[in-house]
Amino acid sequence: MTTLHETIVRPYRPADAERSDRSAGDRLRHRQKIRESIRENIADIIAEESIIGKSRDKVIKVPIRGIKEYRFIFGKNSPGVGQGDGSSEPGQVVGKGEGQEKAPGDQAGDRPGVDYYETDITLDELTQIMFEDLELPDLERKKLREMPAYRESKRKGYRRVGIRSRLDKRRTVRARVKRKLAVSANPDTDPGNGRFPFHDDDLTFRHIVTDVRKESNAVVLCIMDTSGSMDTMKKYLARSFFFLLFQFICTKYRNVALVFIAHHTQAREVTEEEFFSKGESGGTFISSGYQKALDIIAERYHPSLWNVYAFHCSDGDNFESDNPAALKAAKEIAEMANLFGYGEIKPLGSRYYESSMLNIFRRLDTDNFQTVLIERKEDVWPSFKALLAKDRGAD
Amino acid sequence: MPDYTIEDIEHWDSRVHEVVARFGLDTYPQEFDICDSNQMLGYMAYSGMPSHYPHWSYGKAYEKLKTLYDHGVTGLPYEMVINSNPSLAYLMRENSLCLQILTIAHVYAHNDFFKNNFTFRTTRPEFTMGTFKTHADRIRAYSEDPSIGIDKVEPVLDAAHALSLQCRRNIVVRKLTRTEQEARSIEAARPAPDPFWQIHKRAEHTAPELHKVPLVPEEDLLLFIAEHNPYMSAWEKDLLTVVHEEAQYFIPQIETKIMNEGWASYWHKRILEALDLPEAIHLEFLVRHNQVVRPTPGSINPYHLGLRIWERIAGEAEGRTTEEGGNGVQSTNHDRESMFQVRETDRDVSFLRRFLSEELARDLDLFQYEPKGEDLVISHVANKEGWPRIKESLLRTVGMGQVPVIKIEDADFGNNRTLYLRHDHDGRDIHLESAEKTLGYVHRLWGKEVALETIVSGKRTLFCVSEHGFSAKSLK
Repeated sequence: MTTLHETIVRPYRPADAERSDRSAGDRLRHRQKIRESIRENIADIIAEESIIGKSRDKVIKVPIRGIKEYRFIFGKNSPGVGQGDGSSEPGQVVGKGEGQEKAPGDQAGDRPGVDYYETDITLDELTQIMFEDLELPDLERKKLREMPAYRESKRKGYRRVGIRSRLDKRRTVRARVKRKLAVSANPDTDPGNGRFPFHDDDLTFRHIVTDVRKESNAVVLCIMDTSGSMDTMKKYLARSFFFLLFQFICTKYRNVALVFIAHHTQAREVTEEEFFSKGESGGTFISSGYQKALDIIAERYHPSLWNVYAFHCSDGDNFESDNPAALKAAKEIAEMANLFGYGEIKPLGSRYYESSMLNIFRRLDTDNFQTVLIERKEDVWPSFKALLAKDRGAD
Repeated sequence: MPDYTIEDIEHWDSRVHEVVARFGLDTYPQEFDICDSNQMLGYMAYSGMPSHYPHWSYGKAYEKLKTLYDHGVTGLPYEMVINSNPSLAYLMRENSLCLQILTIAHVYAHNDFFKNNFTFRTTRPEFTMGTFKTHADRIRAYSEDPSIGIDKVEPVLDAAHALSLQCRRNIVVRKLTRTEQEARSIEAARPAPDPFWQIHKRAEHTAPELHKVPLVPEEDLLLFIAEHNPYMSAWEKDLLTVVHEEAQYFIPQIETKIMNEGWASYWHKRILEALDLPEAIHLEFLVRHNQVVRPTPGSINPYHLGLRIWERIAGEAEGRTTEEGGNGVQSTNHDRESMFQVRETDRDVSFLRRFLSEELARDLDLFQYEPKGEDLVISHVANKEGWPRIKESLLRTVGMGQVPVIKIEDADFGNNRTLYLRHDHDGRDIHLESAEKTLGYVHRLWGKEVALETIVSGKRTLFCVSEHGFSAKSLK
């Protein structure tokens, strides 16, 4: 059986390898699918993740649904066969039920659970998707996403010495020309058309001094009613609102502090995680939250040094008897703050329309107090804009 | 940098080929492409094909492979060989010379298997590359067609992929035409000849329902839908045909995984032993060979299981010494002949049924596991009582046995154009969430209500997907 031996070996060609990223298009399409899937679940994700005041590079694990490839496969009750190391006994545990890969057998071996996975995205991407979801206009989106570029230093005059990168070439050349003119004015020293090199004295460096702009501090007080049922949708709305506010303040001030105050009948200062975690049930004294805010302002963030921004989210269900106290405290905060906002989150269809703080706060008549009603996520952006229009610190 | 040159590869290839010919392996002409690891990942994502139609799932496969590879969870296969004539295989340039020789030998054995095993007869290997290329061109054309576009192509492909393995398993058996089916059912309905017809009451004659579609339950879901959904446009039908044809091409490989890998491992060992390798290469070869064929505890390594069975067929496991002659040809010619016969006429199911003995199973320490609560627990080990059970479940799960058999019973159920499917329940329940989602895909393609009859925890159950969504009810 001797056949003509005609094997072909094609050598490796790096140029082919570089050109052959054949899966690029399909990978892109796959990523688009992931992104769509995230976008569909953005409310759940934002409601569960701490995003306010976190680094934009923070990586968040997001569960992916909807891009699984399904087939008809066998379910849990199907037995399988494996190979042991020689000491197998009935009753031994050999693995976990779901997610256990069977013997490799091309594509058909897909078991449920294996395909369900998480992806990492950065906070930056997540907020980008959130902005899309809230339908923020492009221009505004950009404004909020850009990290505030503060010049911490400015140019001030020139020096003879300095580091190479600050060499001012134009002035250096000019200094040389000047020197040459001066030297050739004197016939004794005239170099004629000979070489006239640069001299150390010609070198001119830009001088940079640290900017001593007046320190600009701001504090954002996030006050939230954690009494009733803050469900996913309410949390999402509140969190995205607080997030927008924080991002906006960040673009205007260099040093921004964040305070979270959770209240039901009593108020506590909490971390962001606690702030959005499941609240206690019970009644509500809005005044308690405001009082806590006033205490914190008095203690740590005196209005003469800090620009105070306060925002309160609630479903508006306050104890009748507390209303006068709440109104009074709100007035006090409004006097101290650049901006004080009250947002009432009532997803469409929720009851208790009758008990709304909006009616009470209508009596509060200061120009930097603003109430907004958020019924659905499309309301977030318009109400946010309405709120900012009242900023006392606005230029 | 690799420790070899192209000339080295060519040199060793011709030496391997000499031995291959001497052993009597019968191969297509062979071609090797040398590629790097990134290209290899690319080939793997597209089932090895140099040209393949685009779909996001391949991008997903690539990302998954790449992540696993980059994190060192899995390595890359040493070899990837395509069933085509001439056969095409990839050699990864990062591999050592020893691995290249091992791979070349392994590839020739696969090549022989593709050429000779009966399951591959339907795959038309001389057209493989061209077919895949034409498929790719057609699907790209649809995606770029302004009146169709990727957003319409993709949902059809998603659905078709989900159903691609719902087809006839033994492709070598010819499918009857409608006329033949009708003739058969008329034949079957005819009463048996009765020698005492004069004294008997004549048997009741029930006419066969010849108008029924399909006449006999139909397994080729994609083809049936393409033929019988009158509202499907030509390009949609074409997409289904493409996906169906690709699945048909790969089914023989699914059906012979254990045999094929065992065969290649058996021969690469014999070939390399006959090559008289330099000692350094020979030692590396022993290490690599053992890495490939070592058992993976808890599951089945097809290389290992296949190799052990082939060795048994070759008569070596019985303690007979391998009398390698100076020319490398084994003297037990009878065994060799029967090996060649088996590689021609069997596939995994029959291969295991015929040659996996209780003794070998005990030696391999095979066991059967079953889910018990959260865990998978060993229920049987290979002893006198356990072995028949283990064999039964093993035979059920190899090859296409991993895919539930689902047949179309009626395309006009309730005179409503409802597509009625029945799952041939063999003791294994179908996975419910996947069934619900996949049935949704059937509905997408069929365009009218679809129903699937199956058994869930011993109860006959009917799943339905219509435009109102999914529903399940139990049948009496």
